[in-house]
Amino acid sequence: MKSSVIVFPGSNCDRDIAVALEKLQFKNKMVWHKDSELPKSDLIVIPGGFSYGDYLRSGAIAAKSKILNEVIKAANKGCLILGVCNGFQILIETGLIKGALLRNKNLKFINKDVYLKVNNTNQFCKNYKNGQIIKLNIAHNEGNYFTDKNHLMEIKENNLIAFQYCDEKGLVNDETNPNGSLNNIAGILNSKKNILGMMPHPERMIDKIISNEDGLNIFSSILN
Amino acid sequence: MKISNKIIERHGLKIDEYKKIKLLLEREPNLLELGIFSAMWNEHCSYKSSKVHLKKLPTKNKYVIQGPGENAGVIDIGDDDAIIFKIESHNHPSFIEPYQGAATGVGGILRDVFTMGARPIALLNSIHFGEEKNKKTKNLLNGVVSGIGGYGNCIGIPTVAGETKFNETYNENILVNAMAVGHANKNKIFYSKAKGLNKPVVYVGSKTGRDGIHGASMASAEFDENSEDKKPTVQVGDPFTEKLLLEACLQLMKDNSIISIQDMGAAGLTSSSVEMAHKGSLGLELDLSKVPCREENMTPYEMMLSESQERMLIILEEGKEESAKKIFDKWDLDFKIIGKTTSSNKLILKYDNKTVADIPINALSTDAPIYQRKWEKTKLVKNKKLNNIKKGNFKESLLKILTSPNHSNKKWITQQYDQMVMGDTILRSGSDAAVIKIHQKNKAIAVSVDSSANYCNASPQVGGKQIVCENWRNLISVGSRPIAITNCLNFGNPENKKIMGQFVETIDGIKEACEYLDFPVVSGNVSFYNGTNKKNIFPTPVIGGVGLVQNLNKVIDHRFKDIGNEILVIGKTFGHLHQSVYMNEILGINDGLPPEVNLKNEKNNGQIIMQLIDNNFVRSVHDVSAGGIILSLAEMSMSSGIGVKIARPNKLSNIFEYFFGEDQSRYIVEIKKEKISATIKLLDENNIFHETIGQTQANNFSVEKEFDESVDKIYKLNNTWFKNINATIKK
Repeated sequence: MKSSVIVFPGSNCDRDIAVALEKLQFKNKMVWHKDSELPKSDLIVIPGGFSYGDYLRSGAIAAKSKILNEVIKAANKGCLILGVCNGFQILIETGLIKGALLRNKNLKFINKDVYLKVNNTNQFCKNYKNGQIIKLNIAHNEGNYFTDKNHLMEIKENNLIAFQYCDEKGLVNDETNPNGSLNNIAGILNSKKNILGMMPHPERMIDKIISNEDGLNIFSSILN
Repeated sequence: MKISNKIIERHGLKIDEYKKIKLLLEREPNLLELGIFSAMWNEHCSYKSSKVHLKKLPTKNKYVIQGPGENAGVIDIGDDDAIIFKIESHNHPSFIEPYQGAATGVGGILRDVFTMGARPIALLNSIHFGEEKNKKTKNLLNGVVSGIGGYGNCIGIPTVAGETKFNETYNENILVNAMAVGHANKNKIFYSKAKGLNKPVVYVGSKTGRDGIHGASMASAEFDENSEDKKPTVQVGDPFTEKLLLEACLQLMKDNSIISIQDMGAAGLTSSSVEMAHKGSLGLELDLSKVPCREENMTPYEMMLSESQERMLIILEEGKEESAKKIFDKWDLDFKIIGKTTSSNKLILKYDNKTVADIPINALSTDAPIYQRKWEKTKLVKNKKLNNIKKGNFKESLLKILTSPNHSNKKWITQQYDQMVMGDTILRSGSDAAVIKIHQKNKAIAVSVDSSANYCNASPQVGGKQIVCENWRNLISVGSRPIAITNCLNFGNPENKKIMGQFVETIDGIKEACEYLDFPVVSGNVSFYNGTNKKNIFPTPVIGGVGLVQNLNKVIDHRFKDIGNEILVIGKTFGHLHQSVYMNEILGINDGLPPEVNLKNEKNNGQIIMQLIDNNFVRSVHDVSAGGIILSLAEMSMSSGIGVKIARPNKLSNIFEYFFGEDQSRYIVEIKKEKISATIKLLDENNIFHETIGQTQANNFSVEKEFDESVDKIYKLNNTWFKNINATIKK
């Protein structure tokens, strides 16, 4: 399977994502933001970091870059797109995923391990059990997902929430919500379910000796 | 322009120093030249008060590739891998403008490391603030923490370890020390020494602005009531540009274009150009008209003294200009040839085709003043017998310590730092040391920063020795072999004999421990003049150590692992309470001497811990430091949720001395029952003192007859201070 990782000035999880993809035998290419052509890809990943220094608004400048036009075209053709952290923010800014990512409720950067409840009814999460509780790491200033009522209805009806913040036992409530996200949303799909935006970093949890392997199944799900 | 005494003074130079300048130049300097001298001769750049003493420190062992004198120290960790690291202070700017001061402190130390060819892989910090009730403390803390996080998070280097302390002594002069650690190929290390004539001198990175002019001179003077006015001397950081600069430099370093490279840190373009020329015994001729400027009408004086961030000076091989420029174009960074190397041994600056400065390089480097400052021995206050110690309340004392700012859980701070970016962080903040995997290899480094100002204030010599040992212990406790250290020596005014005495004695202590443990100093920084209106801070040496983990399976931490395991204290407990947390924070007594360190025991106990880890005899390890056995046990419980059942010590010991005493060279280990006899056999064979003090158990933290609370409860109490902090920070 072929993957492309888009690199913006200020991306800083690009290498980490590439390591994860290569670990699962993806044939991966790094694509510089000034490129106007996208290599043929089954999966496009927009990695985390501080593209353009988060100036203006997280993801806002990257969303207007040359290569993003190509990403949008590919997305409309059904290519799988994964946006992690700043990548999620960029997807929001392009409109590929609806809603907004606001400042964290406590107005601080938050880096910590969080538990997530997985909904496996999509291509990105197939290899998890439905309702499985996994542990990933978050690291962001603006991860507080918000959207309007109609969209929230659509999200619920079409089962578009991929991950929700919870505790070890799977409890989803205000106390287990690190950043104030609506309905504890940590990861969400577009209506066609070929695009996933998520704040937690699956690429940081791919090696038992470092942390855990809970992030691996996202990449393996995409593979089959 | 005639140089008046007032101008000389405003440049932080003494009249005698000015006379020396005239002698060296054989004429009066112009204002630009005076500015250049002041930048190179100030304490921060010249180490004029510390140099003669720093020479005493051991700087070599079989791992050291490069000791002090370069941008950072370099050690060999095998397989062509080198680790490059250094710690540096940014105290003065951080007090004036906490966010930018701390942020640029991080940015500066990162450049020191990547300018040598390393990809930075870890950031650490040691930050010291005034007491809780000082009204500035919380806002300074908030600003500094945001600044450290803001820079590290954006550039994408994990901030993995650190320490935060509060003490009245820092009320008017906080400390912000940042350490960076990088990884390089040991055959591809870049130095600052210029070589060859007529080689292009290239300016890369951000444009030069008016920020930070005279920053280094500011950092070389005490504060007074007008310090707030110095805000314009604080630099403004841009981690985004630094990330671009990092990638561009590392890319350029892959081929053989660079002869020498130097970051523009303190004293900016001045110190970087002088440093390169001095190391290479060459001259430099720069055309300042070519310097990329952010603002209009900048004068040569402003360009030479600006401390704008995210800039580098490179001497390139001839013919490589085009290919190098392409790289910087890719990253949208300025790339400008501004001069060349010459045989003149002079720094010649031109502007608008006129020579505006002409100074022999030696006058700025080797001929800079060096002082043998007068110093006096620190008066040691003998330990007084402690009365009433038996009447204390054990439970209240422990709870008070656990809820004090110094010993509270620091996750409010560490969660603001990205600790996991780069995907190689095995142990994070809160551990004795952080452990970072060498990317895609089966080995790791351990890193830790430590200080103990109370000890150093009571006895600089013992304190200096102790802090090296504590760092050594922390590195051992996570399964690494300690290799080398970097130090940041934060002191008051060196022109005061007492302060100079503290400095000299601290160095003696550090030297003694480093020599005995074969744990050399490979880089460092001295920060004097930490004080306001003649009130100096406690001597605060900060030690940053690096250890090597050869086998990732041996990484261990301080979290208890199972219930029903035995808990042993390795090393002897005498019950030394003077200068301890218990005495300071519970009894309110600050006199007496800190615990002595027996280096022989230190080494033996450390080596046995390494062996226990290597043999898989221990399930968790924690060093015993401030707060004694009881605080170490509480930390092991709170981090794991597993309780303990601890027996009273034998009848002869006083329970406060036993549990709160801060005798050195001790560790607590958790051992499975089936490994106990083999462990004890090994300890006995090596004549290592050990005591079994209790067992791990579910839920409760219990000390026989004295204390019995759920771990959950003490964990919550340990988090209250920082939980309440948001409400009290002024927005």
